[in-house]
Amino acid sequence: MTMIGWLQIILYCVIIVALTKPLGWYMTQVFNGEKTFLSPVLRPIEAGIYWVSGVDEKREQHWLTYTVAMLLFHVGGFLIIYGVMRLQAVLPFNPAGQGAVAEDLSFNTAISFITNTNWQNYGGESTISYLVQMLGLTHQNFLSAATGIALAVALIRGFSRASMRTVGNFWVDVTRCTLYVLLPICVVYTLFLVSQGMPQTLGDYVEATTLEGAKQTIAVGPVASQVAVKMLGTNGGGFFNANAAHPFENPTALSNFVQMISIFALGAALTNVFGRMVGNQRQGWAILSVMGVLFIAGVAVTYWAEADGTSTLHTLGLTGGNMEGKEVRFGIVASSLFAVITTAASCGAVNAMHDSFTALGGMIPLINMQLGEIIVGGVGAGLYGMLLFVVLAIFVAGLMVGRTPEYVGKKIEAREVKMAMLAILVLPLMYLGWTAVGVVYPAAVASMANAGPHGFTEVLYAFTSATGNNGSAFAGLTGNTFFYNLTLASAMFVGRFFMIVPAMAIAGSLAAKKSIPPSAGTFPTTGGLFVGLVVGVILIIGGLTFFPALALGPIVEHLAMNAGNLF
Amino acid sequence: MLREIRPAIVLLLVLTAITGLAYPLAMTGIAGAIFPAKAQGSLIEKDGKVVGSALIGQEFKDDKYFHGRPSATLAPDPNDSTKTVPAPYNAANSGGSNLGPTSKALADRLKEDVDKLKAENPNAAVPVDLVTTSASGLDPHISPEAAQFQLPRVAKARNMSEDSLKALVASNTESRLLGLLGEPRVNVLALNLALDRASAK
Repeated sequence: MTMIGWLQIILYCVIIVALTKPLGWYMTQVFNGEKTFLSPVLRPIEAGIYWVSGVDEKREQHWLTYTVAMLLFHVGGFLIIYGVMRLQAVLPFNPAGQGAVAEDLSFNTAISFITNTNWQNYGGESTISYLVQMLGLTHQNFLSAATGIALAVALIRGFSRASMRTVGNFWVDVTRCTLYVLLPICVVYTLFLVSQGMPQTLGDYVEATTLEGAKQTIAVGPVASQVAVKMLGTNGGGFFNANAAHPFENPTALSNFVQMISIFALGAALTNVFGRMVGNQRQGWAILSVMGVLFIAGVAVTYWAEADGTSTLHTLGLTGGNMEGKEVRFGIVASSLFAVITTAASCGAVNAMHDSFTALGGMIPLINMQLGEIIVGGVGAGLYGMLLFVVLAIFVAGLMVGRTPEYVGKKIEAREVKMAMLAILVLPLMYLGWTAVGVVYPAAVASMANAGPHGFTEVLYAFTSATGNNGSAFAGLTGNTFFYNLTLASAMFVGRFFMIVPAMAIAGSLAAKKSIPPSAGTFPTTGGLFVGLVVGVILIIGGLTFFPALALGPIVEHLAMNAGNLF
Repeated sequence: MLREIRPAIVLLLVLTAITGLAYPLAMTGIAGAIFPAKAQGSLIEKDGKVVGSALIGQEFKDDKYFHGRPSATLAPDPNDSTKTVPAPYNAANSGGSNLGPTSKALADRLKEDVDKLKAENPNAAVPVDLVTTSASGLDPHISPEAAQFQLPRVAKARNMSEDSLKALVASNTESRLLGLLGEPRVNVLALNLALDRASAK
């Protein structure tokens, strides 16, 4: 670990905190339907979209209608991706002549992108055409992100409203998020990325003759436009197989730093949107503090572990940290920081190969995802995930003093706690359940790339990542098999929608409740005690759920490594 | 609920057309106009032929060139398309080794490479980036130490003095942005092109 390394980390945190308030202010305007500085340009387009699609923007929806609208929207998104992948051989923008993608892989990819997971069982440059990258994947990068943010806003409205039957209009929220938040930032961001050297072309792959006379085929494509929304929307699906480690997908130290900022920017800003909508920005800062504590702890462990290296490297006298699977331009610190950010958020882009991380360095990304990606989290998903834990923490606090718990003026009662528990419990069921199958079913066992405990961790990581809608991988695992295409798709689907529906049920039930003014007996939810309580509840629930699995994977691997065992 | 069907279809199609076609195509046009070389992939031409991209590493085996890092990229086996074979610096199929910290295969590979390098230059410590594979398999850079390490070999093969090579490495070393972001690095292709130019003089 070096001073310069820590300075990079501190600078990163400062920028995120500085962006939270202005972005939160702007997004609050957008979701309250107010005029913004972009309205003169975008309002006519917005009104036109509502007119042709028959949306009455004044009419709000009951939580159930809102949820059904969201689900219908995803059915269509699924069909578009599946369709263009199966038909890519006969569609345009296919200079590399990629053939039709297999049924199971198309199915897995379609589920992967509508759930904002972007798990990739394919190599971008070797499997899919430019048209699929744009029409199939870029579009869903926007819409699945907009959906996540819309749902978080609907849940916030549940807290901020009183005695109302509606939580907003899904179509309006998605459209406004896409037009006013995601697109304008992406336009500027794309140009910045190209200025750093990221390709943006529809031309053929380049045939080069190297200095030593060998042939090198260099894959290019419309990369920057997709990467912009991939990071901003915490999607994470790479244009190329190596994702943000590929020099074309992350050319410079600056492009890397800005990519890391864009992963957290909107998720952090949503905590401020929450504070503003419930009428006290300190409520938002308290939530961001909970996230911050867990984040810094994770960064410290991973940075330390990667800088320290492995016993194999030590034996050979190699110093400078664990550089296997890392790029020179990023080095140890930017690779470690990126890994923690991408798994704290549900991004899943990688600028280093997590599979080659040290046992403890790779365990932190795993824990981040198993906690439910509530450390800033996916755009929208992180906030509603965190609010579920808040509901639980408030409930625990209420039990301690024997009083009906309240949060931002709403009574937290049996229905909310049941729904929160349902959402929190369904995640481990998926990733622990499928991992248990994956390590005994022979066809699945053959997919592991590493032997010993590391192989187990590969499987656990895959299902955790899929359930958490993250999309990063211990990429040695061969995922493009019939077994993994189907089981991972099921984990992604359940992980997304079995979290969303209970969260929306809470939104509906809270919106209908009366708002009660704080009294002397109200537990203050803006202070250090509250932050500590929520962190504690997260760690206790998380620890009880997945510690045994971690003990079989990274923990035993770390001990084996120190004892000099290789597999 | 039925009145949600029309927006579910029409709104989806409209937003898909905007974000999936209009946006990437417009950005391709604008980026191509403002940054034409970068948008095409920062290609380097020599005598009218493309020799590579400034951002993509390529394989160097010859003693007279500085070598890049080992690469774990693969290509389909020409004899059996269901299998793959090693194909270092395959820029049409990026990827890393994905070998874990307790992998015996990794330990064996590292030992073999370290022994080879120690035989080549017994006087310096082996830099870690010169024996580890990168995440993309296309890393265009090595650390300045890794370039220094190769000076004796290249100097001997080119019949040049180590000092002149040292200056060449120094002028091709990029430092941290603002002294803070990224790591010091040397672009191997750029260095080797400069080397060829210097030898030609």
